[in-house]
Amino acid sequence: MPVIQYGVPLISFNFGNSVWCPFNLWCPFDFIFGGVSKGPMREIDVSEITRAVSGLCLDANFVLGQDVLTSLREALQTEPSPTGKNVLEQVIVNAEIARDEQVPMCQDTGYAVIFVELGQNVRLVGGDFYAAVNEGVRQAYVDGYLRKSIVADPLRRVNTGDNTPAVIHLEMVPGDRIRVIVAPKGGGSENMSAVKMLKPADGAKGVADFVVDTVSKAGSNPCPPIVVGVGIGGTMEKVALLAKKALLRKLGVPHPDPFYAAMERDLLERINKLGIGPQGYGGRTTALAVHIETYPAHIASLPAAVNINCHAARHKDQVL
Amino acid sequence: MTTKTISAPLTDEDVMRLRAGDNVLISGVIYTGRDAAHKKLVELLEAGEPLPVDLSGQMIYYVGPSPAKPGKVIGSAGPTTSGRMDAYTPALLAQGLKACIGKGSRSREVRDALIRYKGVYLAATGGAAALLAKTVSKAEVVAYPELGAEAIYRLEVTDFPATVVNDAYGGDVYEAGRKQYCIAD
Repeated sequence: MPVIQYGVPLISFNFGNSVWCPFNLWCPFDFIFGGVSKGPMREIDVSEITRAVSGLCLDANFVLGQDVLTSLREALQTEPSPTGKNVLEQVIVNAEIARDEQVPMCQDTGYAVIFVELGQNVRLVGGDFYAAVNEGVRQAYVDGYLRKSIVADPLRRVNTGDNTPAVIHLEMVPGDRIRVIVAPKGGGSENMSAVKMLKPADGAKGVADFVVDTVSKAGSNPCPPIVVGVGIGGTMEKVALLAKKALLRKLGVPHPDPFYAAMERDLLERINKLGIGPQGYGGRTTALAVHIETYPAHIASLPAAVNINCHAARHKDQVL
Repeated sequence: MTTKTISAPLTDEDVMRLRAGDNVLISGVIYTGRDAAHKKLVELLEAGEPLPVDLSGQMIYYVGPSPAKPGKVIGSAGPTTSGRMDAYTPALLAQGLKACIGKGSRSREVRDALIRYKGVYLAATGGAAALLAKTVSKAEVVAYPELGAEAIYRLEVTDFPATVVNDAYGGDVYEAGRKQYCIAD
């Protein structure tokens, strides 16, 4: 069925969920509309986003990632503290119970932090994007027996009753797909996170000292063994987001830049020398991984951020 | 590593047998309570009014469980960070509370109050919420139902695993454990 699309002034044909533009490679309007129409436009109903978010919220809370489990099992082999080993065993068994019984691995089912990478050739239809994301969260938390941990106002603190709103980070990317990443974030580890505006002269050592100091002060509170997300560069708000994004990386995958990969290794070694150990009872497994993400910085600035994740390092993604 | 078994009500003697680093298995009754319930309890004490639960000899577990699925007595139920209860704990220990169960370090005031009133601070494994929930055989709300997950529940548990963090002698497993495994840079 030929349709006229507003904003993308082309005649196109609707094939199921996607809209295909026959003029796509040689569109005469391209020079006027700045190439907006390059690539076929694909229509996606926002109800698909709701469905994805809901499913991912449940899956993230019930099933610990294989990368984290592998890392915990490796730590069990190397941890010298008997109490530390006992904790690691409990955590591994806990993950198995949660997966088998489809119950939350942690009672703090988190703030629903949701990253959406929206392909610029996607046209969303069927409703409001943010409402669709929040509806997915509401369905998962209300119907899926997850804990509702969000208060509507930070000071007057009345629970919203359905764990909405989510914290939503929307990013536009090339292509005609949508990637949804759901990362439920517990309060205990989030509370131990920190941002610091360092001086450029502080350099790599200044950043590393800040990271180690933040983990040291956090001690037993964020449920070690932890995953440490580090942001370096950008601005104050950008660096915090980098630290959060660093937590989404698969454990065991180093930074692609050898300079930062080495910094990650050094930081992990320093952190595990602190002796905090599993649950803070003493031991050598304080962190499972340190992940760094960077961004260009202002000539006057060296922002750094540390976002700590507990061993229930939850994130699941789906591509639509 | 020794494992001891404890049940409420705890006497001073029971408490004095426990040492930082001991692993314990708790059976019997424990009460839940976290931020909002603690605030309400201490407000009652300040107003000179009676508490909805007699805490003498009892244990409070800092937990806000997830909702119970149909057919289950409780949802996932691991400990929350204890430090947020620091401001309220000494007043409850003065009322006869003998043990609190949570995770993470306590303030100097709480540690001093444990010595003064003969109490212990225990930690359960944070994030092991599905495993810990399996030790709970009964759960009923006894106060503040309007607080939802933050209401005070009376739980019946069997072999609930915990570790003594702060004993009534001033011992602290977080400090001692860290010192033992720390490697100087």
